[in-house]
Amino acid sequence: MTRLATNTWTTKTFLTKTKRGNILKIVREHYLRDDLLCGSAACNVCPHKNDELVLDSTPDSICALFDYNHYLILDTNVVLHQIDILEDDALKNVIILQTVLEEVKHQNTAIFQRLLEIVGNKKRKFYSFVNEHHKDTYVERKPGEKANDRNDRAIRKAAKWYSGHLSKKGAGQFLQVVLLTDDETNRKLAQEESIVCCSVKDYIENTNGFPGLIDKLSKNVMPESSSKDALYPPHLTPSQIHTGIRNGKLHQGTFYASRDNFLEGSATISGYEKQILLQGHIGINRAIDGDIVAIEIFPEEEWRKPSDIVLEDKADDPGDFLEEESILLNNAKSAASADISPTGKVVGIIKRKWRQYCGILMPSKFPGATRHLFTPAEKRIPRVRIETRQSDLLASQRILVALDSWPRNSRYPLGHFVRALGPIGDKDAENEVILLEHDVPHARFSEAVLACLPPDNWTIPDEEIKKRVDLRSICVCSVDPPGCTDIDDALHARPLADTTTDGLKKYEVGVHIADVTYFVRPNTALDKEAASRSTTVYLVGKRIDMVPDLLSSNLCSLRGGEERFAFSCVWEIDENANVLNTKFHKSIIKSREAMTYEQAQIAIDDSSRKDEIASSLRTLNALAKKLKQKRLDNGALLLASPEIRFEVDSETHEPMEVQAKRILDTNSMVEEFMLLANVSVAQHIAAEFPQSALLRRHPAPPPANFTTFLKAASQQGFELDVSTNKSFSKSLNEAVIPSRPFFNTLLRIMATRCMQQAVYFSSGTLAQEDFYHYGLACPIYTHFTSPIRRYADVIVHRLLASCIGADATHASILDTKYAVSLCENLNYRHRQAQYAGRASVALNTHILFKDRVEVEPAVVLSVKRNALQVLIPKYGLEGPLYLPSDKFVYNEEEHVQICNGVVLKTFDEIVVRLSLDSTNLQHRKLVFQLVKPIIPGFSYEDREMDVELVEQPDVIEVVDITDLTSKKRNVQTKSKKKKTKK
Amino acid sequence: MPGPELLSSQGLRLDGRRPDELRRIRCKLGVFTQPDGSAYLEQGNTKVLAAVYGPHQAAKSKLSTEGVVVNCQYSMATFSTSERKNRPRGDRKSQEMSLHLRQALSAAIKTELYPRSQIDIYVEVLQADGGAYCASVNAATLALIDAGVPLKAYACACTSSVAWRGNHPEALLDVGHVEEAAGGVCLTVAALPSVDSIALLEMSHRLHMDYFEVVMSRAMQGCKDIEIILDKAVREHLAEGWTKPDVITI
Repeated sequence: MTRLATNTWTTKTFLTKTKRGNILKIVREHYLRDDLLCGSAACNVCPHKNDELVLDSTPDSICALFDYNHYLILDTNVVLHQIDILEDDALKNVIILQTVLEEVKHQNTAIFQRLLEIVGNKKRKFYSFVNEHHKDTYVERKPGEKANDRNDRAIRKAAKWYSGHLSKKGAGQFLQVVLLTDDETNRKLAQEESIVCCSVKDYIENTNGFPGLIDKLSKNVMPESSSKDALYPPHLTPSQIHTGIRNGKLHQGTFYASRDNFLEGSATISGYEKQILLQGHIGINRAIDGDIVAIEIFPEEEWRKPSDIVLEDKADDPGDFLEEESILLNNAKSAASADISPTGKVVGIIKRKWRQYCGILMPSKFPGATRHLFTPAEKRIPRVRIETRQSDLLASQRILVALDSWPRNSRYPLGHFVRALGPIGDKDAENEVILLEHDVPHARFSEAVLACLPPDNWTIPDEEIKKRVDLRSICVCSVDPPGCTDIDDALHARPLADTTTDGLKKYEVGVHIADVTYFVRPNTALDKEAASRSTTVYLVGKRIDMVPDLLSSNLCSLRGGEERFAFSCVWEIDENANVLNTKFHKSIIKSREAMTYEQAQIAIDDSSRKDEIASSLRTLNALAKKLKQKRLDNGALLLASPEIRFEVDSETHEPMEVQAKRILDTNSMVEEFMLLANVSVAQHIAAEFPQSALLRRHPAPPPANFTTFLKAASQQGFELDVSTNKSFSKSLNEAVIPSRPFFNTLLRIMATRCMQQAVYFSSGTLAQEDFYHYGLACPIYTHFTSPIRRYADVIVHRLLASCIGADATHASILDTKYAVSLCENLNYRHRQAQYAGRASVALNTHILFKDRVEVEPAVVLSVKRNALQVLIPKYGLEGPLYLPSDKFVYNEEEHVQICNGVVLKTFDEIVVRLSLDSTNLQHRKLVFQLVKPIIPGFSYEDREMDVELVEQPDVIEVVDITDLTSKKRNVQTKSKKKKTKK
Repeated sequence: MPGPELLSSQGLRLDGRRPDELRRIRCKLGVFTQPDGSAYLEQGNTKVLAAVYGPHQAAKSKLSTEGVVVNCQYSMATFSTSERKNRPRGDRKSQEMSLHLRQALSAAIKTELYPRSQIDIYVEVLQADGGAYCASVNAATLALIDAGVPLKAYACACTSSVAWRGNHPEALLDVGHVEEAAGGVCLTVAALPSVDSIALLEMSHRLHMDYFEVVMSRAMQGCKDIEIILDKAVREHLAEGWTKPDVITI
């Protein structure tokens, strides 16, 4: 029955506006209760259960101003502005009122999430008190009172109530409550009501024993208030912006800063085909990359063209003034009207999209100074002014900084230090930077997630074996890259006794995928965490798992000689590789051996081996070749991308050697069957779940993507037909220059660059014909074969399991909205994971070339206005080779660079010198210098140069599919102790 | 999933109730003198008047020799919602509601006692804030009792919905307008709790089978709670002396 207190019913009345502009009166019920707890261990009034006591009975004071035990109560603005302070472990025993919680939720969801995280952490002792529904702390809004004033009053009333409530305890022990607020009038009112209060700054500056805490104080200045010495024009108020947008004078758009020129940015707004150009300090007016801004567009005669110069912010601290920017900007008005972009200026900020930024502290000229400049790793973010007393300590560290505000009189935005990531150049710190900048969730798995795991001594339960098909007697084996611990697929093949009606031999082929969904149940904390991570991220020498290690490298991993649960897809296939029938079932298998690609290749090639594994592999290999041929006949593309593999020193984890990956028959064998399994599963789940099946598609590239590529190919004498994937594949096959074996691979590498990204989608959102996978040339495709490292596969497993009745369905499987949001997250995380992987490769390349210079043959991938994009096949490295415009003439039509009769064009083979430029610690880059062909005065000359022009090693991997994300990269640790040669 | 969070981390709903709590119910029998029976009922901000005429001789067209014909009319006052309604009765929704009312109340009335007769039940929703149907059934039951119509049992109706608390479904009892509008499921049950039978079951939106049991049992519990409240109101009304029908103070 109801437990509502007596006299506890009231109504809240407020007015609101509907979409059509009508004013509505809304009346809501509001119940007040007397069964809400205060959460303090010092209280003997409330009927607490033990686990509900959050606040200590004797909270230690860390602040010199208040030398007695006390709890803290915060107001809304303190939470909004000082969340980094709250995240520090120093503050404990804090009461978060519901009024505050709701206001924070309303104003900033990101901070709200962070606040919930803190409240959820038992060690922090934050208690959320439901003051709005407590009969003694509820306050009604007075007529004419502003909502903010009412909330402040509610906070004061709760503070008052707490101090009265806690001093009821008989033993003379009084617990105080300190209200933290930065609002002066609120403080005054509180003092009148005899509530102890204090500003955050005063409180934090007087803490003992937490020296780093002060650095985290947010320097929040009302950005428009400081009009004295203003450098920037003021921003418009929200209501001015609103009316401006309404009557068409202003436009709303997202601001993108330029990577090359810190005084230039652009914004996309609807109604304009071209991006809006924003130039100069005043034009950008304190907008930061990603912000949603209000823009005023200049009249057409003031439109300009984007400058094509590279402009970096000067290294020294210029103080608070703006440079004469007309010098910095390219003011010349271009004659060609096609180059001119609509130009405008930012007049107001609609929404800041600030996050925390990684970077380094710039060395200060004055020793012991507390004000410093911080340079973010992301070039598009301006420098940030922060205050810290630990600059000596932080000077050599990578640090994380949050932005607070950008007042009009400050050249740079103000921010505060959040935490140090580690020494510059340190592998872990640099990896941390990569992960943070790519938004890869990489925190340790929470207790709630780990609680979902089976116990360490888990064994296979008998009743589960009975439910599954027992395949332990079948000779199954897995083939993976060396050093792979998350084995999610295994294979088998065996001849069948009967033959087809045509007298062809029949085989049974099975693909067995780790049964992750047996352990990862829907809607558990583990499932949610995996869904949010979406994918395992592979960095060089490091793997960020999607599911905890116990599952990914042990219980789910199909290790050799161990009994494991699997989800099997078993076909009957005739010797011409026609699939006769398909079966799916959950099974239990025992892999005979976990092999590497090389081992498997050796087993196939070694004709003396007659054992079961070898013959099974040979059957698989033969069938795979036929399957592949069929696929190619259908128009599947063979594309290539240069992939590098690092040999990592087992102890220091420093990269020792880099080489392009090798590819064997067995790679393609495994891949072929995985593709077959994925396609079979896709067909099945799309038929059963027409609205919510998770599939993967690869849209055909728009013809415009091909123009430069086709031009380059025709310069080499090949006319490629890109009208369909079939014709494209055929013409790629024919484009071979016998004397240059690498040429065809190069062509395929460049073709890959013209492709679009393959994406996940939910089958209900698109028409059937849009399911097409262009790269694989198949009408329907999904991901089924790597559930350990991809969440998409987990969902597909669940869908398939409920199709075949092997597992109960659950609600979210059918939820189409959920499926759409899931796909968005999957695609985002996959993209970020790829970028993070590339950034990691770049980082390791830099480490590798730290003290080494090499001269290597290279090929030109493309010709740009001021550079050549070159590729070194030996390492699979690529980068720009800059050409000075005073020596070289760029021919825009033909895409060639000419100097003294030497013509450089795409596909040219050249020789380059490779070294590392470390002058800028944040952005170290590989420098390519031209060695051959020799251009006097430009090409690099070295007297002892002895280039052995080795025959182009054809070691670049040819990948079958555009689905480059689907390939597993190996994290290899070789225990070789050989040091890199000088 | 979409909409506002219906359940806070402290386990309270938007209006401060716990998931298993009904809204405040206040009721009064015998509020009019003209009809044979009448009742007024508030369930939170949902306020309903019910009036019963009969049993009286049935109109020729409706006449049944099997039992009494229950004739219901559900209507919503034009001022009952925050945006003015321009058609108080006769629209599709009202007609459907009338049918549903008839189904629930016919199940409660001992119809076999009055062949060739009819009972008219008029329900007017004065203020709607979610669960208008439930309030109507409950008010009509009281009005029938006030009219002295023999019932098998109290007919009580209640709604329930589902919210997520972490990963676990938590059923919400007696759904208010805000919770209804949030877009979740809304299960309406009209039951005769004392004889354990269900007179009407209706659900908006789809709900996965796994969670149905939770939602259903919560709604049934609500019906039982309401029965206790109604029963108490009837007894109090009788104790006051129901022979004074001109007392119409609310």
